[in-house]
Amino acid sequence: MATTETARIPSAAMQRQRRANMRRNMFYLALIVIGLVAPFLAYPVFLMKILCFALFACSFNLLLGYAGLLSFGHAAFLATGGYVTGYLLSSYPGITPEVGILIGTLAGVALGVVFGALSIRRQGIYFAMVTLALAQLMFFFFIQAPFTGGEDGLHGVVRGHFLGFISLDDNLSMYYFVFAVFLIGFAIIQRTVHSPFGQVLKAIRENEPRAVSLGYNVDAYKLLAFVISAGLAGLAGSTKTLVFQLASLTDAHWHMSGEVILMTLLGGVGTLLGPIMGAGIVVSLQHLLAQSPLGNWVSVILGLIFVVCVLSFRSGIVGELAKSYRKNFK
Amino acid sequence: MMMIFGVPLAAFTGQLMLGLINGAFYALLSLGLAVIFGLLKIVNFAHGAMYMLGAFATLLGMQYLGINYWVSLILVPLVVGGFGMLIERFILRRISHLDHLYGLLLTFGLALIFEGTLVNFFGVSGLRYPTPELLQGGYNLGFMFLPIYRGWVLLAALVVCLGTWFIIERTRLGAYLRAGTENSALMQAFGVNVPLLITLTYGFGVALAAFAGVLAAPLYPVSPTMGSSLLIVVFAVVVIGGMGSILGSIITGLAMGLIEGLTKVYYPEAANTVIFLVMILVLMLRPAGLFGKEA
Repeated sequence: MATTETARIPSAAMQRQRRANMRRNMFYLALIVIGLVAPFLAYPVFLMKILCFALFACSFNLLLGYAGLLSFGHAAFLATGGYVTGYLLSSYPGITPEVGILIGTLAGVALGVVFGALSIRRQGIYFAMVTLALAQLMFFFFIQAPFTGGEDGLHGVVRGHFLGFISLDDNLSMYYFVFAVFLIGFAIIQRTVHSPFGQVLKAIRENEPRAVSLGYNVDAYKLLAFVISAGLAGLAGSTKTLVFQLASLTDAHWHMSGEVILMTLLGGVGTLLGPIMGAGIVVSLQHLLAQSPLGNWVSVILGLIFVVCVLSFRSGIVGELAKSYRKNFK
Repeated sequence: MMMIFGVPLAAFTGQLMLGLINGAFYALLSLGLAVIFGLLKIVNFAHGAMYMLGAFATLLGMQYLGINYWVSLILVPLVVGGFGMLIERFILRRISHLDHLYGLLLTFGLALIFEGTLVNFFGVSGLRYPTPELLQGGYNLGFMFLPIYRGWVLLAALVVCLGTWFIIERTRLGAYLRAGTENSALMQAFGVNVPLLITLTYGFGVALAAFAGVLAAPLYPVSPTMGSSLLIVVFAVVVIGGMGSILGSIITGLAMGLIEGLTKVYYPEAANTVIFLVMILVLMLRPAGLFGKEA
């Protein structure tokens, strides 16, 4: 009897944990509410662009922030998802957008299996170079492949009807569709990070030889993380193609791989919300700069942010905020 | 006319020559990357930008200061190399204690800055630099036509590559460099000024890239983006060869250029991608790279 009594009285640690969980849930709920009302406050297409890049950056962050793998070729997955979805939707009118996106995502997964298996054979700096080279290979493939429209890209991709009857031509319904896609992607990442699998990934990131000696099949863990990340990047690319109704070489260029690194670094590597914030800032910045006299200096300014981030701001915005929160409130 | 596997001999050797010249550039750039990586343990993502700056310095030096090609050949590597030393001393040194991936990210940011700035002033279309008078024209060797400038590029690149090999493997300074690559903390304990050695090494690697830029100026259109596309190929070359060995870098660079040239003859569609395909093959068969030391 006594044992059940003590079991019912929650320990202080458990209570703290429960309160923290509740705070977190409230926080996520607030973010979702903001996401739901946002299209009434800002231009939906702009918001959709942010959401697509946020998902892209989150997928990249899963790899860098939690597995410690710096991929310099994530544009390849974004572009693959985009091109496959774009090609399917413009060539086969019978395909509904969700099927198109699903196949685009699977294309990202398939490419992730191949690239992942090749690139995890090398570590650290070599890993970055291998992924960059493989992405460049895809770039040349997209220039020459018959279904991508070469330098012009794919234009006029039909948004179609979600599930066959909800038209996505209206930007508002399109927005909620994209928001739902984003939430699914984010939930997958959140779940992955907080699962035992995610804990092993962190262990590998912190000390790979030790993870090996503990008996973990490190390569299998890395590969799975790579594939999940690639699939989600493909999902982001597919969705982006649907939003803008076009897929182009810009998405496959190494600049894009660099941009997603910047978004993640600026927001905070290894934080769940950092990449979203980073994507929001970078996309907004590009948007604002494009209209200002500084329009031609975008790449220089992004480069400067890169340098400043690395020199003095390595935890990113969310990371620094979390640090000061811990210092002042705990 | 003599044919080789269905291709006229002159076209065959011509493409092979072009490939070899590309290979000379791969060798020069991957050599610089390897030297920098050895001591600083960072991959210099700004290497392509430094090559580009070398070509632009040559072009602008002639246009505005009247500096001719031969002077540029000495002066530009010194100036750009000095610029590289400043970057190392005031920027890279501040993050030398961090994970080496940060070095890659930082130099990537620098590359974006240099490239973006020059795009604003010169656009992306290439500018022309005249071939120096002494090196114009060409010889008919019977089996091929050899433009003198191309022969000169190949010769100069080889001499510089082998000179670098000699300095590193056969001189006292090179011995310091190799010792620093093995264990820089111990070197410092023996009284060698390691921070200075690091600055000089970075400057030297950058100077090699700038030298390649000077050689490239009369050969290729000079444009702000000329470095970045080349650098990605050089990265693939580095993955193939591994950065452990100086001679390995040189040989791999030349060999990859030749393979690219051959592909241009027999299957032009794949000429852009063949080096990446070789990289994939090497990753599958010999993951540490052909001359690699890492496990």
